[in-house]
Amino acid sequence: MSPAPQKSATVARHLAFAVCVIMAAGVGFARADEMPVIKVEMKDGVIIPKIIEVPANTRFKLEISNTGTSPVEFESMELKREKALAAGSTSGIVFRTLDPGTYDVFDDFHPDAKAKLVAK
Amino acid sequence: MIGAFVIAFREVIEAGLIIGIVLAATRGIAGRGRWIGLGVLGGLAGACLVALFAERISDAFEGAGQDILNAAVLGTAVLMLIWHNTWMSRHGRELANELKAAGEAVRRGESTAMALAFVVGAAILREGAELVLFLYGLVASGTSGPDLQIGALSGVGAGILLSAVSYFGLAAIPTRYVFSVTSALIIFLAAGLAAQAAQFLTNAGVVTVLDRPLWNTASILAEGSMVGRVLHALVGYTDRPTGLQVIVYLGTILVMVGLMQWSSADKKRRTLRTA
Repeated sequence: MSPAPQKSATVARHLAFAVCVIMAAGVGFARADEMPVIKVEMKDGVIIPKIIEVPANTRFKLEISNTGTSPVEFESMELKREKALAAGSTSGIVFRTLDPGTYDVFDDFHPDAKAKLVAK
Repeated sequence: MIGAFVIAFREVIEAGLIIGIVLAATRGIAGRGRWIGLGVLGGLAGACLVALFAERISDAFEGAGQDILNAAVLGTAVLMLIWHNTWMSRHGRELANELKAAGEAVRRGESTAMALAFVVGAAILREGAELVLFLYGLVASGTSGPDLQIGALSGVGAGILLSAVSYFGLAAIPTRYVFSVTSALIIFLAAGLAAQAAQFLTNAGVVTVLDRPLWNTASILAEGSMVGRVLHALVGYTDRPTGLQVIVYLGTILVMVGLMQWSSADKKRRTLRTA
């Protein structure tokens, strides 16, 4: 009959509760500010649009859809981002803040597919 | 066909080199084959899971799920590499002298093999998910001819070959020096992975300081080129490192060298005391 395990179980429960509260608060906070969503379509080696216009210095989400029949990988060396997408799937990349400028993006699975991302 | 080959090969360079180095670094440790085999299988299974749930993982944490997962996987791999090198600086000489009859070292050697198995699994998991999407897409789309599939599979084969070449290259080093070489390689490997993890945390918005590139050497050696990718895998080369990446990179090297010095000095003290 040692009280130690019981005590550690209580501590663990408190910790778990605290983590839940913090995470819920974080999610609530993140949901609160709506961010602009910019859509990009990738289709078997074509990136649409060729010039992707995004807002500079603010949070936004790039929503990338693979509307083709082959897998694609949205990638930018300058932005240090990449996202692979199976045919028919859609996913997003959230940018926290971006300096105004022009950035090269490409499809790593279709080496000829290139586009520019312009932040202003 | 060449295109598919290049794409597949590029995705496996990093994992291939890491497996070669890990195999060389665990020579003489009992049960390492089993552990590293498990690491490879676990990594493949994980890569399939990540590819399968790619969308759901991406959407977690308000779109930062993939970055946070990558940072966590890489961060753990770095800790495992630090642990391995610290252990090696204490026991490397015994292993090199094949004094492994000293039962304890062998048994504890298994824990470092376990740590490195995780590193192998992490490398495959991270790069593998993209490869799984690519290969599965080639097969599932039905639009790609067999030449594309052969190209992609040869790309994976070339990655395995790269693993073997780096292993046998390192294995050719005389036993006395082999662990010094692999330890040095692992220091840079860990520093590179730590810098990558730092970038994932920046992308996720978890860390918001020092996120500007310090310099740009893309015109000298692009990170996306073959040489750039190999150096990226080996020493963490990146053509536009942020301030945070540089600090984390150097910090990891300092911590590892410090721990290794402490570990081997501590061993000498103990040996003197018992003598």
